[in-house]
Parts: sequence; structure tokens; C-alpha cells
Amino acid sequence: MTTLTPSISASLLAILPELVILITACTVLIADLYTRPDQKESNHSLTIIGLVAALLAVGFIGGSVPTAAFSESFVRDPMSDLLKGAILIVSLLTFVYAKDYMRDRDMWVGEYHVLLLFAVLGMLIMVSANGFLTLYLGLELLSLCLYALVAFDRDSKAGAEAAMKYFVLGALGSGMLLYGISMLYGASGGFAFADVAAAVASDEVNEQILVFGLVFALIGIAFKFGAVPFHMWMPDVYQGAPTPIVLFLSSAPKIAAFAMAARILIEALGGLQTDWGEILVILSVLSLALGNVVAIAQKNIKRMLAYSTISHVGFIFLGLLAGSEQGYASAMFYSVVYALMSAGAFGVLLLISSKGQDVQELDDLKGLSDRDPWLAAMMALIMFSMAGVPPMVGFVAKLLVLEAIIAQGMVWLAIVAVIFSIIGAFYYLRVVKLIYFDKPTTELPVTTSGGARLAITLNGVAILLLGMYPALLFSYCQQAFAV
Amino acid sequence: MLFEFPWLSLVIWLPIVGGIVVIASGEQNAELTKRIALTFALLTFLVSLPLWSGFDASTASMQFVERSPWLPALGIDYYLGVDGISMPLILLTTFISIFVIIAGWDVISYKPSQYMAAFLIMEGIMVGVFSALDAILFYFFWEAMLIPMFIIIGVWGGPNRVYATIKFFLYTFFGSVFMLVALIYLYFQTGSFDILGFHEVPLGLSAQILIFIAFLLAFAVKVPMFPVHTWLPDAHVEAPTGGSVILAAIMLKIGGYGFLRFSLPIAPDASAELDWLIITLSLIAVIYIGLVALVQQDMKKLIAYSSIAHMGFVTLGFFIVFAIFQRAETAGAVMGIEGGMVQMISHGFISGALFLCVGVLYDRMHSREISAYGGVINRMPWFGAFVVFFAMANAGLPGTSGFVGEFMVILAAFRADFWFAFLAATTLVLAAAFTLWLVKRVIFGDTANDNVAALKDLNPRETLNLSVLAAATLAIGIWPKPLIDVMEPTIDNLVQQIQVSKLPEGAEFIAPPVARLQP
Repeated sequence: MTTLTPSISASLLAILPELVILITACTVLIADLYTRPDQKESNHSLTIIGLVAALLAVGFIGGSVPTAAFSESFVRDPMSDLLKGAILIVSLLTFVYAKDYMRDRDMWVGEYHVLLLFAVLGMLIMVSANGFLTLYLGLELLSLCLYALVAFDRDSKAGAEAAMKYFVLGALGSGMLLYGISMLYGASGGFAFADVAAAVASDEVNEQILVFGLVFALIGIAFKFGAVPFHMWMPDVYQGAPTPIVLFLSSAPKIAAFAMAARILIEALGGLQTDWGEILVILSVLSLALGNVVAIAQKNIKRMLAYSTISHVGFIFLGLLAGSEQGYASAMFYSVVYALMSAGAFGVLLLISSKGQDVQELDDLKGLSDRDPWLAAMMALIMFSMAGVPPMVGFVAKLLVLEAIIAQGMVWLAIVAVIFSIIGAFYYLRVVKLIYFDKPTTELPVTTSGGARLAITLNGVAILLLGMYPALLFSYCQQAFAV
Repeated sequence: MLFEFPWLSLVIWLPIVGGIVVIASGEQNAELTKRIALTFALLTFLVSLPLWSGFDASTASMQFVERSPWLPALGIDYYLGVDGISMPLILLTTFISIFVIIAGWDVISYKPSQYMAAFLIMEGIMVGVFSALDAILFYFFWEAMLIPMFIIIGVWGGPNRVYATIKFFLYTFFGSVFMLVALIYLYFQTGSFDILGFHEVPLGLSAQILIFIAFLLAFAVKVPMFPVHTWLPDAHVEAPTGGSVILAAIMLKIGGYGFLRFSLPIAPDASAELDWLIITLSLIAVIYIGLVALVQQDMKKLIAYSSIAHMGFVTLGFFIVFAIFQRAETAGAVMGIEGGMVQMISHGFISGALFLCVGVLYDRMHSREISAYGGVINRMPWFGAFVVFFAMANAGLPGTSGFVGEFMVILAAFRADFWFAFLAATTLVLAAAFTLWLVKRVIFGDTANDNVAALKDLNPRETLNLSVLAAATLAIGIWPKPLIDVMEPTIDNLVQQIQVSKLPEGAEFIAPPVARLQP
């Protein structure tokens, strides 16, 4: 990392996107007090403006030269630029898709906007962390907001149960991470990733303590990703929480979790790649196996998508464990693409949920193509993409990961991955089957606002376009890890 | 001049654009939609003709080549080109697609625009499969092909369509992902995804065998070969007529094409080692599946099984070459592969036509059971004549295209081993038995029941379809020379290529891939 010591104004410039989000969150918090309950449109508009402004800020301060700020505790580099952009875009999608759903259920209140914005802020901080403390700060800001959001429908028993489970297990995961961090701190004497990396490289540090710390930090990462065997919270949270929150939870935080994994494993502990690579092999194979197989048995579509997430996490880990620049870039590509697909899938579920009728079961999708051909086509596109069928981007993401691991001579791992992809294809196809081949159970037409329809269209087009021209995104991913 | 124009891209993307236009035209005006679809299908056929007229039949190298970087970081190019193997198959695709559109004209009333669009998009993708020279581009088209077919069978198919279409999708998907792993492995041996580069790279025997098996899984499912053929009868029976025609006439050929483009030239030593496996499976397909066809009660199933048996001939023709080499001959080897190719083209016409014939009956009676018919010729003399003609062609009657391919393969098989030829020749008996018996039960005899008595003969559209296909079948049967001339240099070259061992000296085991990606 460069060691320019910037002035305070330069430091503030480096956190411009975070500042924008913070100011937006505070503005919404105050503005909410002065608006009547039937005029909450302004909250929404403010939030959208804030997110767009933050996106512009990311673009404005972005560049290929990394800048550190606030005594090296914060860094802005090509990786953080790209991931922040992706997080902000996915969050924008969340707000747009969720608008009608939340309003119909009287949950479209100021707190919802504020909590989501603070969660976004937490993620932005995580992405730009240059040391364990900053990282942990961002992670907790994100997690606390998410706990509250999962229980946002306060009359829902399932929601409360999910939140409780999420909170206890999430706190456990954070605790593990913190314990690991303390070990690494003890061994290296510093919180900055560079300090730990230097300690790993120096050979003077007790390697046992380092590996001990690594294992705990890795467990924390696996918890946040939801990799097997630390996935227990995911199905219940996905099923119990309100769909808009699941949309958010399943997309943007995965990008942030990737950033956390990249910062800890690659920047700080890159020297121990052989150690964590082996652990990741086990985690990813288990995730691929359990996620894909158990998803087949699900009747609830949100639960099914939870298991699908677990299997995709397996693929992201495959990219990481390759331990090459190519592998890291492919894992990054996969995370961003996955967030985009997941946002789209839950977005369709939100749009076809009508007032008082939540889409929960797979059977609720029956005959969607008769009710709304366009949304049906988008959902089919996303499902084929998740199954990894060209020309959708999901295929390219899998291809890049497979290439990275075959380059390392791990052909057997690639074969395991493709076998579970075939198994996984079945349940994605079943969704397409329900949409296209079955007769609808209800004649209710789907009513959506124009904005949401435009957003889902853009989302689908992005999935197709990135599949045809993956270089649009992948070249940036490569830049992030180019030495 | 002619060669610089991107004809191949045009043939790929014109129907795909057409499909999008057709979808966009909506369901309100079905007549207009169908006209647009037919226009695009005809235009595509027209723009594919220069591939034939501009083709230089004196060289084995790739023609109409287009190449531009696509994902440069990984050495993936948008790389197209045709040779004597792929060019006839592309023309077959654009030719057959026209009849599929016409065949669906009156029959499809549920969402006709989506139906037509699916077939147009399918056509473009299939041309893409035949013309891709970059392995990832090939895989891209190869897999993308599944989506329209999945929807065609699932939406417009018969009562058990959902089972059939999911089985179809998963079988093919299963086969192809292993091919993807093999392709990536080859990439690390050569440093690019250029298929022609794969042909050159030396590989150890164990690596070749693994690659061969990975390819075999993909292509054997597609062809389909015994014992992974079980998806085909299901898919055929449930698919709408147009879907069956595309499946039989073109999609099965993609498996055969894969053997010629990938398995043989990339892993020649493994092919030589394992040729007994393919020959055995092919002979089982010819004899056992021929017997299975004999006992079918459903007309479409019968033709589906007959397709498997005929495709057995194709794979037999491709893989007897190694036995012929041992007798130090190459002319017979060339004849075997050419016979397989002619058989593929001819089977495209004949099976397509037979499925159209079944479709003609099904549209009138809504039954595919053989027992529901009898004496159709009394009411439908023209139709009866066509069915008898195509049945004869299917049985390999001299003068039809069915004869040429089978004859060449059997002749070549004689040069390999008497018993191969003997067993393969049983098809002449078996195919005659099941097709003629079918004709006897359905077409001839007394009018079976009142439904048959109420049948009306072919309408002009159906007559047009069947007579053009009959003309094509006859043309290749009587004068196959133009077709063979086009293929000859390419197949000569292929035979020379697979005679040269690709084993590196002294290396017997898979060398660990050392190539690291450099951005």
C-alpha cells in the first residue's frame, strides 16, 4: 500500500461516498419527524437521491492509484471502488423493488430507510477497511441494522424467531472473528492488514498462533457468507424475514463479505494461503453439496433460494482458494454477479406479491407467464443464469472460477463443482417449469409500478449483457488484483 | 470480395434478430407474425447459400473465417469458420428450419409468436454451434441451444411434456459440463481456446483418454448412443411436430459433428484405443434398437428409435477407421467417415419428413397410436404415396439418400472387419421390417374406422413441405457427388490427421498443467 500521509481534507475526500450516505441517513432520520404518515414519499426520494449521489461520489474519487486515509486505517483502491459501486447499485434496486410491497404492509416508514442506509454505510466501511478495527466497525454496523430489519414486521412470529436466531448466531460469528483478530494482533502487534502481512512474512512470529487466529477469523467469514457448516441461520432467516429484507440481505452483504474475505485472507494473511486454501476446499465442497441437494427438497421459494445462496458461496470460495490473481478476480466477479442475480430473483417475487398475498411457496409462481409474460421472462432468465446456462452471466462466472482452479491443477475439484451444478440445475429448471408449463392458480393480474418494471428490466438486461460481454466487468475485477 | 463479408455472423444473428422481432410483434395478429417468421427463415436460407456457392472445395482449411477478440483476458475469441464438414450441416439447418415454420402455420394456436420465435432463435444458435471455432464460443451455443428446446417441448408438447423436457435438459446438461472441464484443461495445454490449436497439441495417453471420455459423455448423449438414448423417445413423443423435426434432423447431428470436430482430432490415440467401445455401442444401437423399434405402438416413438439406429450407423462409420488403418489403407477410412456424413445429411431429410408425416396425421386425428389407423391411403392417396416413399428411403432403398450413406459405411466396414459389416448390414433387414410394417399397418389395408374415413388429403402447405423434402432425398440418392466433393478434402485431411499419434515422446502420464494465467 502507498504510504502517502494525506491531510485531513484529503482524508475526508477519500470517504466522500460514506459521508454522503451518512448525511442522507441523518437527513431522512430528521425529515421523517416532520412528515405526516401519509407523506412518506419524501423519505424514499431522499434515499434514492442519496444513493445516486454516493454512486457519483464513488466514480468521482475513483482511480487506479490507491489512497489511504485516517492514519492508514482506511483505504480507497480499485477493489473498493468496484465493490462500493456494486453495493450501491444493488441497494438502489432494493429500495425500488421494495417500495410497493412495504407501503402495502404499512412498513414503509422512516426507520426502514434509516436502518437500510446505515447498513449500506457499514458495508462501505467494510469494503474500504485497511485494518481489522475498521473492518469490525463496519461489520457490526451492518449486522446490527440487519438484526433489526429481519424483525421489522413486528407482528410476525416467524420474523421474530428468525431475528433471534440471526442475532444469536451472528453474534457468535462476530465473536469468533474478534477472537481470531485478537490472536492475530497478539502475534503481529498491529491491527493494520499490512502489519499482519509483514509479521507473516517475517518468520519471527509463532506460526501456530497465526494459524490459530486464521482459523477463527475464517470461521467468522464463513458465518457471514453462510458457508456450510456455518449456514444454519440462512434458511430460517430467508424464510422468516420480510421479502424486501431478504432481497437486501442476500445480495449486497455478500459483496461486503467478499471484501472482508479478500482483505483478511489475501491482504493480511496471503502468506498463509496454503493453510486457508485447504480449509476453504472443505467449506466449498460442503457448501456446494449441501446447498444444491437440500434445495431440491424445498417447497418454500425463499428457503430454496437460501440453499441456492449456500451453493453459490461454495463457488465464490472455489475462486478464492485457487490463490491466484485470476482466482481472486473470478471470485470477485462471481460475488458481484451473484448479488445482481439474487436481487433480480427476489425483486420478481416482490413485484408479483400483491397486497395481502405474499409469494412464499413455489406453487405461487405457477403460470406466471400467463399473468405477466415480461416478469416471467425475467425470472426465467435469472434462473437459467443461476443454473449456469449460457448466454447468461451466471455461466461466465462459473467458467471463470473453474478456469482458475483448473489452472492450479485441481481438476477433481472442478469436476465436483460441475457435478453439483447439474444437480442444482434441476431446481432452477423446476421454477421455469412452474412459470411456463403450469396453469395459474389465480387470475389476479400483476400490478407493478413503472419504476420497478424498468428496474427489473435493467437488471435482466445486465445479466444478459454481462454474459455476452463479460469483459465489461471482469477487466475491472482483474485490475483490482493486478500487482 | 465475397469472402470478406461476414456471412457466417449474418446466418447466425439474422434468425435470432428475427426471433426478437417476432416476439415483439406480439400475439394480436397471428397471421402477420407467421409471415414475419417465414420471411426471416427464408432470408436466412438465402444468406446461407453463399456459403455453398463461395465454398472452395479444393482445400481443407477453414473458410469464411471471422475472428475478433471477445474476452481477451482469457484468450477467448469470437472465431467462426466452416469447412467441408460443417458447411453442409449449416445448410441443412437453414433449409429444414423453413419447413418447421411452415409446419406450425395452422397447427399452433397457443402463443404462435413465441413458438415461431423459439424456432428462429434455435436456428441461429444451431448454426453457431456448427461454425464456432473457439471452444468457449462453441460451448456457449451448445448450451444455449437447450433453452429454446426446453421451452418448445415444455410449452407446446404433449401430455407428459414436463417430464420429457426436464429429462431432456438434465441429460444433455449432464453430458456437456464434463466437456467444459475438458475444454478448460485443453486451454491450459495450448494457451488459447482455438479448437484448431487443440488439434495440434501433443497429449499423453491418459490425458487423451480422460478427454475422450469427457467428450464422449457430451456427444453420446446428444447423438444419442446406447445406453444414454432414453431421453430421445420421451422428448420426441412429447415434442410438437416442429420440435421433433428439429431434434431429429439437426440436433442429433450436432453430436456426430462433435465427434468429428473434437474427439477424433483432439484425442486420436485415445480414439484408437477405445474404438472397440464406440463400435460395440454403435452395433448395439443398430441391432438392439432396431428390434426395439419393431415393437413400438406409437408412431413417433418408432421413428425416434429408428433415428437412434441410424445414428448408430453414423458413429460406426466414424470409428471403424482405426481398424481400417491396421490394414494400411486410407481410402476405406475416408469412405467410412464420408458415409457417416452423408448418412447424417440424409437422415436429416428423411427423419424430418417422417416426423412431418406423423404430424399430418396427428393434426387430423390427435392420436399417434398405430392401432388407431389403418387404410389411410383410401382417403389420403397423395399422403400415402409420400409416406411410402420416405419409408423406403428410411429402409435404405437404392435411389434415395438413405441408401448412399448406409452403403458407404457397410463397404468401409468390410475393409475393417467382416463381422462389423455383417452386423451392420442387418439394419437393411431390420429397418425394412419396422418401417414397412408401420406402413402396412397405418397406410394400407381396409379403412379402419370412421375417423379414418373422415380424413382429408394433404393441403397445399403440407404438400409443398413433403415434396421439397422428397426432392432433396432423391437428389442426394441419385447424384451424391456434389455433396461428397465438398466434404472430400476436409475428410481426407482429418484422416491424415488422426493417423499421426499425438503422444509426446516418453510421456505417458498427465503432466500437471503449469500454465499460469497472465493478464
